[in-house]
Amino acid sequence: MDLQTLTYIVVGATFALYIGIAIWARAKTTGDFYVAGKGVNPVLNGMATAADWMSAASFISMAGLIAFYGYGGSVFLMGWTGGYVLLAMLLAPYLRKYGKFTVPEFIGDRYYGKSARILAVICLIIASVTYVIGQMKGIGVAFSRFLETDYDTGLYIGMGIVFIYAVMGGMKGITYTQIAQYCVLIFAYTVPAVFISMHLTGNPIPQIGLGSKMADGSGMFLLDKLDATMTDLGFGAYTDKARLSTFNMFVYTMSLMIGTAGLPHVIMRFFTVPRVRDARASAGWALVFIALLYTVAPAVGAMARLNLMNTIQPAPGQWIEVDQRPQWFKNWEKTGLLKFEDKNKDGKIQYVADKAKNEMVKVDRDIMVLANPEIAKLPNWVIALVVAGGLAAALSTAAGLLLAIASSISHDLLKGVFAPNISEKSELMASRVAMAGAIAAAGYLGLHPPDFAAGTVALAFGLAASSIFPALMMGIFSKSMNKQGAMAGMLVGISITLFYVFQHKGIFFIADWKYLQSWGSNWFLGVEPNAFGAIGAVFNFVTAFVVAKVTAPPPEHIQHMVENIRVPAGAGAATGH
Amino acid sequence: MSKHASYWKANLRLVFGCLVVWFLASFVFGILLAEPLNSIRLGGYKLGFWFSQQGSIYTFVVLTFFYAWRANKLDQEFGVRED
Repeated sequence: MDLQTLTYIVVGATFALYIGIAIWARAKTTGDFYVAGKGVNPVLNGMATAADWMSAASFISMAGLIAFYGYGGSVFLMGWTGGYVLLAMLLAPYLRKYGKFTVPEFIGDRYYGKSARILAVICLIIASVTYVIGQMKGIGVAFSRFLETDYDTGLYIGMGIVFIYAVMGGMKGITYTQIAQYCVLIFAYTVPAVFISMHLTGNPIPQIGLGSKMADGSGMFLLDKLDATMTDLGFGAYTDKARLSTFNMFVYTMSLMIGTAGLPHVIMRFFTVPRVRDARASAGWALVFIALLYTVAPAVGAMARLNLMNTIQPAPGQWIEVDQRPQWFKNWEKTGLLKFEDKNKDGKIQYVADKAKNEMVKVDRDIMVLANPEIAKLPNWVIALVVAGGLAAALSTAAGLLLAIASSISHDLLKGVFAPNISEKSELMASRVAMAGAIAAAGYLGLHPPDFAAGTVALAFGLAASSIFPALMMGIFSKSMNKQGAMAGMLVGISITLFYVFQHKGIFFIADWKYLQSWGSNWFLGVEPNAFGAIGAVFNFVTAFVVAKVTAPPPEHIQHMVENIRVPAGAGAATGH
Repeated sequence: MSKHASYWKANLRLVFGCLVVWFLASFVFGILLAEPLNSIRLGGYKLGFWFSQQGSIYTFVVLTFFYAWRANKLDQEFGVRED
């Protein structure tokens, strides 16, 4: 069967499954809608969290980033998993004990005021919206490449699917669809990796294959061979090339960790389990399911890089002839993501570090995972599976983010601030309308992506790291933290992060609107703007403690509330009020 | 000291201990000491590289389960378990 038909069948079958589940798990109450009735088993919740968390960026882009950064790519691996340790120990059990529906709701109650709640909603919406644009783009690109529709049609189909299961099912529907999506995406990610590891090293387990000897009889370890190939061509060695500097790697890893622990759509997942101890276990299970992909990714990255190098240079000093380049190479040229230019007109393609001589003028990092099965000559059904997996990753994250946005609008702004007397039925209606609106807005932004689409993921993490994470942590661990301190901290943390990012990349990522150019780039101790969230968080903490010192302590009942959330007993049924 | 206060203290000690391990496995072994550790080999892996791309993640998984298990035991010891 040809690839096109297979792709339709595999993608169609997985979508039918998701929609079937959404119909089966329809939400009937606001509790179902926001937190799945708080009855989700911790293992299943871990699986759903993993799908929610692993977006198109994890599935499609991360292995490609690692393939090109080598050791420097470790920041993503450590950062995007280490955040769960922080979540499990510093936030999840206490927020679950508190027992409300949303993150701004906790911040509003803990810092006794609507202004704190509104500030949290603003941070949440900026972080989630910027993140969701990237997902919508991923959906559009994946469809257009493999279903051979144009980008717009692909996006409309994706919006329709998200609409059906997210609006109807709410958190309950999303949770159960995400479990199915997790199974699809992890299977799709692992199968090609197993084949490729088997082919290169003779070991089917990619995590071990990466540390094994090559199966080509050379007796060399795979990583040593990769290091040797790269240094021969003038690239840095794969296994020890740091990203900018050791300090920068440190800060970048920290930013991704606390950003992960501060992203509202991830935190919300821990409100869906029945008890405090389930919240603790659920973080562990989420990490297990995430680790299944994140420990395979470095193998995929290194092996893809080696395969790519070997395709272009089959033997040392022997470059591939232009007219003998393989079919997958031509396929990806059509998309514009892969480009070569025969600069010295010798009819061969040279791939070297020297920019003047390098003829592989463009190798988009995002193609590494998608092209991997083709490069390794795997059967068509594997390629179809990877498409389905990529879509599952993008759709599940988009749905989780849209729910976080919708609940902050209907629950925090509408019920919490503007219309406190709204009935449960109207609130449920409002959240569905908000969700539909959010999908339409995200779709619009996906069709007309703003200039800044590419830079936004870093901003989403930076914002969450510098505003939401410190506010939550101080709310739990410092009884004396007051409203003035927390709000000043959030404002300073966010402002400084925005100032640094926009100074480098232009206001709203518009290149013409850069400012203070004379300061140079990475001027703050060599920290790149993507990594600045952790520095913003430090400013947040310091400001908060200084301001809290010179203002009135929080009222008595708030201090009792903090004492209460620190102890698991008496969590009882959650309430929305 | 009240029961709740001593529970909280024990909990903080547990969390702090876990975070020390979290920091060692990622920031110290994977980043700060990666270069010297790279002279030690674990099969085809250099040790610093292994920690940054594999070992830290395995440590995180074990650590969260260890924390959950210990924290549940603390809940029981201090009689603050739910239900």
